[in-house]
Amino acid sequence: MNQVLDILINGLALGSVYALVALGFVIIFKASGVMNFAQGSMLLFGGYLTAVLHEHIGFLAALAVGVLATAVLAGAVDRLLLRGLDPSQHHILTILTIGVDILIVTELARRIGGDLLSLGDPWGNEVVALGGVTVPVSRIACIVVSVLVIGAVFAAFRYSSWGLSLRAAAEDREAAALMGIPLSRIRTLAWCLAGALAALAALFLTAFPAPGLERTTGQIALKAFPAAILGGMTSPPGALVGSLLIGVTEALAAGYQSELSGFGRGLGDVAPYLVMITVLLIRPHGLLGTKEAVRV
Amino acid sequence: MFGFRARPGAPPPSRSGAPPGDGPADLRVDGLQVRYGRAVTALDDVSLTVPAGGVVALLGSNGAGKTTLLRAVSGTLRLYRGGVTAGTVTYGDRSLDGTDPVAAVRAGVVQVPEGRRVFGGMTVDENLRAGGLGRVRRDADGGNAAARERVYGLFPRLAERTGQRAGLLSGGEQQMLAIGRALMAWPRLLLLDEPSLGLAPLMVERIAEVVREIHAQGTSVLLVEQNAAMALALADHAYVLEVGRVGLSGPAEELSRSDEVGRLYLGEGVRAG
Repeated sequence: MNQVLDILINGLALGSVYALVALGFVIIFKASGVMNFAQGSMLLFGGYLTAVLHEHIGFLAALAVGVLATAVLAGAVDRLLLRGLDPSQHHILTILTIGVDILIVTELARRIGGDLLSLGDPWGNEVVALGGVTVPVSRIACIVVSVLVIGAVFAAFRYSSWGLSLRAAAEDREAAALMGIPLSRIRTLAWCLAGALAALAALFLTAFPAPGLERTTGQIALKAFPAAILGGMTSPPGALVGSLLIGVTEALAAGYQSELSGFGRGLGDVAPYLVMITVLLIRPHGLLGTKEAVRV
Repeated sequence: MFGFRARPGAPPPSRSGAPPGDGPADLRVDGLQVRYGRAVTALDDVSLTVPAGGVVALLGSNGAGKTTLLRAVSGTLRLYRGGVTAGTVTYGDRSLDGTDPVAAVRAGVVQVPEGRRVFGGMTVDENLRAGGLGRVRRDADGGNAAARERVYGLFPRLAERTGQRAGLLSGGEQQMLAIGRALMAWPRLLLLDEPSLGLAPLMVERIAEVVREIHAQGTSVLLVEQNAAMALALADHAYVLEVGRVGLSGPAEELSRSDEVGRLYLGEGVRAG
């Protein structure tokens, strides 16, 4: 029983980190029709900045700088690289983001080398006993902060002018333009928000019990990606459900590894894709997706 | 001219439905040429005026360039890879270059797109809110609340369906919503692209009434229609576009008696084959 609870908490924490990244995928996709493959490099960028800065300016300030700088970087990618191109050429723009990802990751990997960087979070390796299981404080912080942030993003989506503009533009670009909605500004803001979410995800991804930030940390985005897809790609709640599903599945596969050894080792790494494929076989448009969402 | 004394005949300024702020201005299209890509010239040397407070109808068959003209005014040419290559579009003292829909809405020129194009996944209320997003002074003039009241006054049926998804409305209700959504931006000039398209005759009549009412509230209207009978009944003045040029123009009453427009009603001679 304790093991199940332990695994569930692990899975939820993991899922909420995926959700931060997957939400970024969905927001950018809705705003510009582009799959942002640079999301992993954004995450690495934010994490790296926080790691380098926290000894000098303290953890919270470093985190704030990391999150803001990543938001600016993402916004700059949109403004400088994508803006001049035909916005209807989603495939070209998507491929361009792969190039951006390679550039940023290569430079950061050169700087990080083989190091393991700490982001200087205040939770360290503390644990608390919770209903018979010991849970790292960082995991609890992860779940709490993610719930707050994701809740805020959902609220912004539903109630704010930006969210309304974004949803309108995602449904019908021309009609939204005719309302006088400034499409390119809405889009840039979407990129900024996705960047900020990725930088925040870096923090929880590298906190205890994970060893720290390494040059491959950005590859986590490859797991949030199936989460966004199986959620339907245009649906923020879908991305959340997909992320939690994948996080819990991965934790289960890792937790019961010995029982599942018949499948070989490392099933936890494959689990996100197995879940995605299973869901898409049953629901080709994702859990909460719409038909137009499958255009990429 | 007479200080603050109201001129006789002018619409009472404080009437609840009237658009506040500046009154309507003249829309002038002068020698307009529009091209899509490098090769396709959709409009050539088109001149047209929508006087302040007027209703002007723009008629013509498919492909004559009616929608292109509206795009040039509302600034959505670029979405179709088009651009103004000669001529000017001005509203009052503002020049509109055909590529900035935000500027057009801020100037008070708002288009209702052809085929309604409501945001089907959003509720009626959210559609209306979205319509108010481009308004310049969002909180002045009573803001969304006053605009919404005006829309629900014109379309009581929408008021009964505020929480419903727009995609589930009937065609006529969607057209009402599309017009209402545009009104949320307090337009001084409303551009209507084929509002009667695909609607039952009774609903066409209802839409015509509404256009008349909107005009009576002080908004100028540029009405693009294939339903020439409806358009000419509403308009003071009309233009007929033929393959990218103005073929005929004149007072609506005169045009509706002319033989050429008669043929256009019947679709003879205009469409080859």
